[in-house]
Amino acid sequence: MPTLTIYDAVGAALTEEMRRDHSVIAFGEGIATKRHELVDEFGALRIRNTPLAEGIIAGTAVGAAAMGLRPVVDLLFAPFLCYAMDELVNSAGKLRYLSGGQFTFPLVTLAMTGAGWGVGAQHNHNVEAWFVHSPGLKVVMPSTPADTKALLKTAIRDDNPVLFFLDIGLLYQPGEVPAGEHLLALGQAAIVREGRDVTLVSYGKTVHHCQQAAEQLAGQGIAAEVIDLRSLKPLDEATILGSVKKTGRLVVVHEANRLCGVGAEIAALVAEQAFADLKAPIVRLGGPDAPAAASYPLEQASVPSAEAIADAARRLCST
Amino acid sequence: MTPKPPAKNPQQLLEQMLLIRAYEEAIVNGSAAGRMPGTCTSVGQEAAAVGVVNALAPEDLILTNHRSAGHLLARGADPGRLLAEVMGRRDGYCKGKSGSLHISAKELGVVLTSTIVGAELSMAPGVALAQSMLGRPGIVVCFFGDGAACEGSFHESLNLAALWNLPILYVCENNHWQAFVHRREAMSREHVADWAASYGIPARTVDGNDVFAVLEAAQAAAAQVRESQRPYLLETLTYRTRGHLEPDDQGYVDKAELAAWLARDPIATGRDRLIADGQLSPAQAATMADKVASHIAVAQAFAEASPFPAADELTRDVYA
Repeated sequence: MPTLTIYDAVGAALTEEMRRDHSVIAFGEGIATKRHELVDEFGALRIRNTPLAEGIIAGTAVGAAAMGLRPVVDLLFAPFLCYAMDELVNSAGKLRYLSGGQFTFPLVTLAMTGAGWGVGAQHNHNVEAWFVHSPGLKVVMPSTPADTKALLKTAIRDDNPVLFFLDIGLLYQPGEVPAGEHLLALGQAAIVREGRDVTLVSYGKTVHHCQQAAEQLAGQGIAAEVIDLRSLKPLDEATILGSVKKTGRLVVVHEANRLCGVGAEIAALVAEQAFADLKAPIVRLGGPDAPAAASYPLEQASVPSAEAIADAARRLCST
Repeated sequence: MTPKPPAKNPQQLLEQMLLIRAYEEAIVNGSAAGRMPGTCTSVGQEAAAVGVVNALAPEDLILTNHRSAGHLLARGADPGRLLAEVMGRRDGYCKGKSGSLHISAKELGVVLTSTIVGAELSMAPGVALAQSMLGRPGIVVCFFGDGAACEGSFHESLNLAALWNLPILYVCENNHWQAFVHRREAMSREHVADWAASYGIPARTVDGNDVFAVLEAAQAAAAQVRESQRPYLLETLTYRTRGHLEPDDQGYVDKAELAAWLARDPIATGRDRLIADGQLSPAQAATMADKVASHIAVAQAFAEASPFPAADELTRDVYA
């Protein structure tokens, strides 16, 4: 099985989908510079650099998608999506509905997110929950190169606008990627480790922290089940509920601010639909209500660690 | 239903303007009587819409904004389905989900109506990119106001369209009002067309209350976009003679300025010109007005008979 980084997996997915479908195009802030092999293969019309103007990049993608192209746009860092919010939320997410279903908006927005590069809060902000809260959009955030490639290919084929977040901290981590065509449905979580005592639900880089925590817990006789959500909307509620019904304990972990984050929704889902199966209160671990610091130790301290996850799980299992 | 072909004679231009006025007056009256929600009318701007739309070919695409009635009706939209949409009824162009503000009609080539001021400008390059990359012949016409021209999206859109050689006819309906703010309070220049030069985009300002002048300028502009496959900006100088959103007492409007523009009403001046030129008799003008009134009466009856959408429509069409 070939080994790729998440960065390379994005390039592989783009290459395969652009070969398969001539309506797929890609543009953004330096995409033609950084992925010149795509320009070599597909030409300067299908892979374009743009001005550093997120609003017009996203708006152009919305217009192009409505009229038959399948654009993928690279907006670099997730906080820059603030400049593209109107186009993504008010146009891409709403105009299908407002038009009574006359238009579809098959577009993918790529953005890097999270801690890892010490770039400070205007380049590091986990904003995925904003888009989960916006009707008409789908939201994906994978944790491995294999999932990145498979999910990006599916996202490009999806007829809806998809926000596709790439975790900065994982971008150059290598991983095995199946050769040939491999697709994953959006809204299908992965049980990356099975266990009977406690469920750890996460996405992005904290999936790996959950796996490390599960490893520590295993040494202490606690079998943790680890779920990687992979896509946040649609959300795989069945896998979450099925696991909690088995284990009776839930720790939800993400790097984004805990306040009104995706974890709050998952906790509410379990409280509403699996309360009777719970043996202990639900625990949410997330970042603080503070902008990300550039200083490396401060930046790392905002991300739930394997130790913190293991501690939380141990406390639940002792009640 | 396909887009209406361009008008064959000047009388048809006048009739289209009359239809737009009568349609919007029906909404104003319906709103005042509590039978319809308030809306943003384009009363006073009919010549700008009719002149430009009649310069287009059926394959051309239109992006518009919250003052869209003129663009839609000139393109051939059924006033009954438009009124049904305004009233939130099932037979509206958007199944009652748009209301008056975001009506689009793909079958007429009226795509992506946005009421976020300037958002139509941000989407226009993408629509034109699709036309050009998919080898379709139509050009893209983007209608916006002087308010949108003060948004960053205007400048970003013109810059990208010029960079990427996109076939877009930008039409600024400079109606002097940006919601409740006069344009002289909000614009650093007198004319939006001045800004086009800095992007290397040819531009022209035309009397937006003279339908014949607008048609001629728009025909030349559209021909240039078609030929060059590059953007062009046409500014139609006109005036929003009713308020921002019905009802609106316009207490903030300079009475002398309003009176001066009302004296240049595009419909009255257009009709008087045709009569003076011997192309229309007063009797024919009266017959035309009666025909339009009965057309709107039929449309209103259709809209009022259309049922409201069923509750299960609430979550349909969110996702494809």
